[in-house]
Amino acid sequence: MIGVRKILIREEYCMGCKLCEINCVAAQVGTENLIKIFRYVPELPEPKVIVEEHDYITFALQCRNCYDASCLKACMTGAMHRDPRTGAITVNEEKCVGCWMCVMVCPFGVVKRNLKKKKVASKCDLCAERGSPACVEGCPNEALVLIEVRE
Amino acid sequence: MAKGKIPPEFLVERDDYKCVRCLACVRLCSYGANYYDENAKRVYTENRKCVGCHFCEAMCPTEAITVMRNPFEIKPLAHWTSEHLIDIMKQAETGGVLLTSMGNDRPYFSYFDRIVLNASQVTNPSIDPLREPMEVRTYLGRKQTKLDLEEDEEGRVLLKTEIAPQLKLEVPVMFSAMSYGSISLNAMLSLAEAAKTVGTYFNTGEGGLPKELKRYGSNMIVQVASGRFGVNVDYLNAGSAVEIKIGQGAKPGIGGHLPGEKVTEAISETRMIPVGTDALSPAPHHDIYSIEDLRQLIYAIKEATRYEKPVGVKIAAVHNVAPIAAGMVRAGADYIVIDGIRGGTGAAPKVTRDHVGIPIEFAIAVVDQRLREEGIRHMASVVVAGGIRNSADVIKAIALGADAVYIGTAALVALGCHLCQRCYLGKCNWGIATQDPKLTKRLNPEIGARRLVNLLRAWEHEIKEILGGMGINAIESLRGNRDMLRGVGLHEYELKLLGIKPAGEAW
Repeated sequence: MIGVRKILIREEYCMGCKLCEINCVAAQVGTENLIKIFRYVPELPEPKVIVEEHDYITFALQCRNCYDASCLKACMTGAMHRDPRTGAITVNEEKCVGCWMCVMVCPFGVVKRNLKKKKVASKCDLCAERGSPACVEGCPNEALVLIEVRE
Repeated sequence: MAKGKIPPEFLVERDDYKCVRCLACVRLCSYGANYYDENAKRVYTENRKCVGCHFCEAMCPTEAITVMRNPFEIKPLAHWTSEHLIDIMKQAETGGVLLTSMGNDRPYFSYFDRIVLNASQVTNPSIDPLREPMEVRTYLGRKQTKLDLEEDEEGRVLLKTEIAPQLKLEVPVMFSAMSYGSISLNAMLSLAEAAKTVGTYFNTGEGGLPKELKRYGSNMIVQVASGRFGVNVDYLNAGSAVEIKIGQGAKPGIGGHLPGEKVTEAISETRMIPVGTDALSPAPHHDIYSIEDLRQLIYAIKEATRYEKPVGVKIAAVHNVAPIAAGMVRAGADYIVIDGIRGGTGAAPKVTRDHVGIPIEFAIAVVDQRLREEGIRHMASVVVAGGIRNSADVIKAIALGADAVYIGTAALVALGCHLCQRCYLGKCNWGIATQDPKLTKRLNPEIGARRLVNLLRAWEHEIKEILGGMGINAIESLRGNRDMLRGVGLHEYELKLLGIKPAGEAW
């Protein structure tokens, strides 16, 4: 069994600055320069990490890359698949038909819809291209930590 | 009559081109200084609310924010500075005592900065600390006047004298007393973990012992202050030493007041007082009105801890510090703590913080001198506190006669503190001087402990480097070694009190 990389959420240290969301958007656009992104990218993608807030309880939630993932089972085209390299669940947009079953079954509500393209829009892939997740790297209080779980 | 309008102390300048409207600054400012205008789609700041803690500046992902001092001053005169005028205006409006926090903020002469250190040249060799062993370990506690030895049948020499309990410090730097209540649990956990890793001690302060800290007993000093919060026999035995706090450098002669709003469920549990009641520390200990009374308390505590733990006494450095210190040692203190005029606090009247006490440099020198003259220097260790900023200050303090130092402000700065002096408001953005759960979680004790360990390790390296340069291979050989110090630009009487020679004068 390969090690599955996971983002460990530490609610007790999350201060709710939402910089993870910003960094996620930047990573999707593919540049570090936030000013450039804000000023010159016409349509910004949705962040794949969402900060949940209630009173003083805040935490950043992104795809848990479940071992027994319901979205994998629910996908009828096989668009939703596990990347053998990183162990992260990734969506293949070419195969996706936009039935949104994955959105329905996700117990964490982190798979989001793309209303324009009628596809699955945002699904955290642990920044497969970048190497290490941007939200983890940018968290000022180490409330997000990358761990490897062997199951 | 016209009211004087008090100008804002800080200006928060925001480069609108760089601002990406992430609103982190708006979300994070506990004083509510930053706000977002939906219509203008811009972030603005109410400068008047800014306390200058620089948290938004540190969090801004694009460095769009600059917090700066407001250059506008009320027509500043030489004697009547803007600060004095603003203080008068505030008091004319409120009729109250001006509160403030952290250490002394008046430009008193720093004697540490006028003392230079020696190094070996030609006549004695310097030591390379990276190649040769260098001892910075020190022990705090009563040392025996003489050692009795005996020989057993096989001719081995054995120690007959019973050694008094000692605190073993791997570096001569400890974290000074900061109570649960004045600082957050996460800040205390950072200090505790760092003390454990490095092999030194942190101090619970007068606020009792939160249960989360019980496992750090081997690196903890428990404090008994005039409020006696959370003090019982288990508390006294929970740490490695007990410290009786008589005074504090930032506010000699006055007590403390933790407002009822801050006495949360957790604080009430550790302080052993009802939720929401004010925690008042009286100015004096009501059972200590003389040295004899102090002796009674010291021995009551020694009895309660079965003579297994050193008992220390902490006082603020005041005019008669030397004879008072001698009295404390004779009363049975195993170590004494002297806190100078620059010592910090969570809350104190500004007038007391800024004007009461004496600089620590003099206090160390005169206390060490007096104890030596009376022949009781070995009976107690001397720990000094109050404005120790770097390893050079540590070395100078030890060479003047201290055994170890306490750092408070320096440790908090390592945890993020930017000395905005608003601890008394309990809204610390850095999660240090606050009990608000939204704010305390901003201080991750793992990061805090790591940074404190780094600080102590860095100082340790520097201390070893300087010691090596002096040709000394143990910190114990530096203690009271005032020949390693020379004064620059000091008057004759100051040099005499400090017990050091002017720069240029040979041994």
